[in-house]
Amino acid sequence: MTEDAATPALSVHDFTKTFAGVHALRGVSLDLMPGSVHALVGENGAGKSTLIKLATGVYTPDSGSMLLNGQEASFTSPRAAQQAGIATIYQEVHLAPQLSVARNFFLGRELTRFGALDLRRMNRECAEQLTRFGIPVDVRRPLGELGLGIQQMVAIARAVSTSARVVIMDEPTSSLEPREVEKLLSVVALLKSEGVAIVYVSHKLDEVFAACDTITVLRDGELVWTGATADTSRRQLIARMLGRETSELAAGQRTHLAGRPPVADAPPLLEARNLRRKLLIDDVSVVVRPGEVVGLAGLLGSGRSETVKALFGALPLDSGTISVGGTALRRQTPASRLRRGIAFLPEDRKAEGIIPALSIRDNIGLAALPQLTRAGFVNRKKLDEIVQTFFDRLRIKASSPNQPVAELSGGNQQKVLLARLMCLNPKILLLDEPTRGIDVGAKAEVQTLIAELAEKGLGVVLISSELEEVVEGSDSVIVLRDGAQLAALFGDDITEEHIMDTIAGAADQAIEKQTEEQAEHPDATSMTGVAK
Amino acid sequence: MTTTQSVPVTEAPDDPRWQALLGVRGGRWGDWVRQRGVYVALILLVLFNVAATPNFATVETMQLLAVQTSVVIMVSLGMALVIGTGGVDLSVGAIMAITAAVTAKAYTPDGYGVPIGIAIVLAIVVATLVGAFNGTVVAAAGVQPIVATLAMLVGGRGLALMITGGALVEMFPPFFGTVRESKHLGLPDIFWLAVALAAVASVLLRRTAFGYRLLAIGGNLQASRLAGLPVPRTLITVYALSGLLSGIAGVISTARIRAADPSYVGLGIELTAITAVVIGGTLLSGGQVRILGTVAGAVLIQLLENTLVSQGARDSIARIIEAMIIIAAVLLQRPWRSAS
Amino acid sequence: MSDTRTLDIDLETSAVAADAGGRQAAAARGRALTSLLLRNGAVAALVIVIVLGLILVPTFGSADNFRNVALAASFLAIISAGMTFVIISGGIDLSVGSTYALAVILSAQYSIDGSAAAILVPLGACAFVGLVQGLVISYFKMPAFIVTLAGLGGIRGLVFFITDEGNSVPKVPGHKSFETLGTGALGTVGTPVWIALIVFALGWFLLNRTAFGQNIQAIGGNTPAAELMGLPVKRATTLVYVISGLCAAVAGILTTAQSGGGQEARIGDSYELQAIAAVVIGGTLLAGGVGSILGSLAGITLLFVIQNLIVQGANLNSYVQQAVSGAFLLVVVVVQAILSRRAAPPGV
Repeated sequence: MTEDAATPALSVHDFTKTFAGVHALRGVSLDLMPGSVHALVGENGAGKSTLIKLATGVYTPDSGSMLLNGQEASFTSPRAAQQAGIATIYQEVHLAPQLSVARNFFLGRELTRFGALDLRRMNRECAEQLTRFGIPVDVRRPLGELGLGIQQMVAIARAVSTSARVVIMDEPTSSLEPREVEKLLSVVALLKSEGVAIVYVSHKLDEVFAACDTITVLRDGELVWTGATADTSRRQLIARMLGRETSELAAGQRTHLAGRPPVADAPPLLEARNLRRKLLIDDVSVVVRPGEVVGLAGLLGSGRSETVKALFGALPLDSGTISVGGTALRRQTPASRLRRGIAFLPEDRKAEGIIPALSIRDNIGLAALPQLTRAGFVNRKKLDEIVQTFFDRLRIKASSPNQPVAELSGGNQQKVLLARLMCLNPKILLLDEPTRGIDVGAKAEVQTLIAELAEKGLGVVLISSELEEVVEGSDSVIVLRDGAQLAALFGDDITEEHIMDTIAGAADQAIEKQTEEQAEHPDATSMTGVAK
Repeated sequence: MTTTQSVPVTEAPDDPRWQALLGVRGGRWGDWVRQRGVYVALILLVLFNVAATPNFATVETMQLLAVQTSVVIMVSLGMALVIGTGGVDLSVGAIMAITAAVTAKAYTPDGYGVPIGIAIVLAIVVATLVGAFNGTVVAAAGVQPIVATLAMLVGGRGLALMITGGALVEMFPPFFGTVRESKHLGLPDIFWLAVALAAVASVLLRRTAFGYRLLAIGGNLQASRLAGLPVPRTLITVYALSGLLSGIAGVISTARIRAADPSYVGLGIELTAITAVVIGGTLLSGGQVRILGTVAGAVLIQLLENTLVSQGARDSIARIIEAMIIIAAVLLQRPWRSAS
Repeated sequence: MSDTRTLDIDLETSAVAADAGGRQAAAARGRALTSLLLRNGAVAALVIVIVLGLILVPTFGSADNFRNVALAASFLAIISAGMTFVIISGGIDLSVGSTYALAVILSAQYSIDGSAAAILVPLGACAFVGLVQGLVISYFKMPAFIVTLAGLGGIRGLVFFITDEGNSVPKVPGHKSFETLGTGALGTVGTPVWIALIVFALGWFLLNRTAFGQNIQAIGGNTPAAELMGLPVKRATTLVYVISGLCAAVAGILTTAQSGGGQEARIGDSYELQAIAAVVIGGTLLAGGVGSILGSLAGITLLFVIQNLIVQGANLNSYVQQAVSGAFLLVVVVVQAILSRRAAPPGV
């Protein structure tokens, strides 16, 4: 480590930023050393993106200063930051897909001769650079024709070839295949060996532990912890990110459903067999019985969200059968599924859930309009009654049902959406990340609500990127990877280790995961669980 | 973007400089101007005219203003509904031309020679169908509204000219006289029709499931789909309504000049209508509609034009000023409301 | 981890990877394919229409007729060249018809002061008009269609103001050298046609062989991404509208030179629609990012050949062409939308 020897490549001091009176970042300081990889971790809303955007001139800090190689620096635009040697690679940011690799590589700093693009030189130099990073592609091909992994690598190569001394990677692997991740990490290692300071933002702890020298944890806009990777364990890190004590984390064990009788062999409410959709879902079957919570476990991109969307008719299937209460469903539209008693809570609350300009009342009543309408006119009294019922029952914190939903906190917005589903009296709930990005109190309330609904005989399909939540809240768990079903777990087989082992076992053998779990379970590579 | 747990989150403006410039207070002020500004401007303009324009506060002047405004109000109502869904309808003028042409074709002895009542109904039905066609292209094929209605703007007037053989067709049915002349409570019936349509639009928007859906779709299309709303049906209905209202406006314009003039009827009215809607406080990004504001906006534009003319300014100046007003009105919407 | 230099990447598996990236790549491929199809579609349609015309309409095939079509098309062709830049950048310019009229009128008015004034004044005025619109669009982030729709009304108002509400239309008092621009010919082909071809050659170069061209393609593909990458988004976006204004000016100057002035203030009405139609029919995606300037040339030629055939062959009036343009545009945008949607599954 070079902490003591060198000047930080980039030193951020006491950055603070507020949006509309809300602190997005509060007094955060950070030193990036040349030739080292610095991980930036934290939950959604922790302030990672804000910090990056402040450092790269997208936002201006309310207060705080920045030293670049020991010199005072401040940027008014991303372009200025780039010219000063700070390159940023945003997640899934496309360059210009229709332009060739080489043209993309030189986008913004084209090589010209007499004002015209010097394509020959651009192609040659681009090929040289990419070869250096072990990316042998035809640089004349349109970038969009290549896989995202390659595109990401081109973006990195592009950033580095601007002779950047600081490279910021924002979730660079969020949609990459394991094999591509490995290649990306090796490029990171190469950069590091060349003395570049790297900021690595990721929520994948495996990668953080494998590739980073230093870790900084942000939570609610504040710096919680900075230290060497060697000085911390995963458990400690997770505890810091979640703001929970280590002991509390270990204690979580199937709390909500503890002691419930196993789901009876009642006829299934929902039976989906052999669902397939090109590139997205590869032979997935889901069976939900009354009172059962079926968890879908898998990483981002495993096909879990796609599966529930398909169940809801929002993603057309290539093949497969879905039946509710024994009746096969043909029409693949959300409206027809709703009529069958299937309700869906989308993952992306802001983009797919709430309608920000409308009031809480209108947001709740929206899906139930057919029941509340006579001759086209909405029965406002009935609507108000229903809305008030859920308003009270879910303890939505707002001044009145007339308040625009955009003004609510994430947790309360989520409750509004749950109320929207519940006033339909559904038989089956499809919940995609019901507790993501909401505060701890609201989270517990939502989890309890789900358990209550299941006890009343509803069938629930639950997705959560928090493994713990799936384990605690589900009666059975379907493990997915790359759109394919790896296993279905029941009863005591449902443990975090089991699920992770199943996913890891099926993953590319080439990945070296030096995790505690694997060390404890050397036989983790075998397929586990009972296939349905 | 930057959501902090357990704290109410409001949308952060995307451009930091705007934020610095306006801050939260500026946003509230801008919202107030957007929502109430049209009424204030209208009152000020009326007061100015009372003081500066001879014979302004007379029945005749008011009647003229009411007649002039009615057509714009009707077209603007349809436009407001479409803009409420996050779309725009550039074809309103072309639909007026088609309506005029169909009326002429159906009524004149050279055409089908049917009674004027039937001719008018037929024309309005055609207008509604053209609107529904726009809606289908938008909803079913997924073409951007600007583009879909642009195609109709290009082709529609050509179609209208084809129907009349490229000519202006004069018509003198007695009913047209009634449309022009009849009055109640001192104001022309045309104006009362416009007011009635505005009331209907308002009820439609606030009391019916259709209105809820319209605003939901404009507020968040994807969420509306996932909430199981009948998105295509709603969109097609909205564009059909815009067609219907343009059709009524087309018939009235034809009645006023006693001729179907497919080359010029409704020419450029899309701009006036969009202006009326936007200065009336409706967000161009959809999800919220102000019917009363739209009516006030339409009156404001017409009154402004009349004022300029009565103050000796030329017609062309009015057009330039109208262009500036729309820019200013949209500008007021920008900073605290990022585009979808 | 150390042996990075020998890493190789399995391109094929990466390209079809069943992840979000694969989907995005598929969408991009679909867009490129759509554009290719439609671009060649315009050329194919042009060939078919010409062959049909040669067979069915006897007067169509004469060299004179071809020269006339080319001459008639050259003005709008120049406007479409500018429009191509705007649309590829993800915008739209509804003001070109009015801007064109401004150039026509100014060119005639200032021809008294000599050829240079007749050329430079409209060029400057239209560039300024484009600059103002471009600045408003890029710096205030306002929708291009609203700004240029206001431009359509406002600039037309300006034209009427200059011409005393259309009552005084200036004429060119006979500057031979200036009028040659419009009436002259090189070989047997009229000067405006040559100038249009030069404009397209320049346009092609600008779009495909300069940094500016790269930038506007990136901006049209994904504006926020282009901004984050530090591309000069505002400058490039502004410039695009200046180019559009300049193209309208060139077309206007040529019109005045050809006609000797005396054009009514209404000239160029709905030219914006024809230009947009030509660009879209030529395979440029209205969503921005993907486009071809030579496709636009094919598109505008197609529209004028059809018009010529309608007039020559079917003996129908020219407004039929308006309806045909609209129908053509509609078909193309619907096909575009369906093809791009098939490439990128919705709701994911």
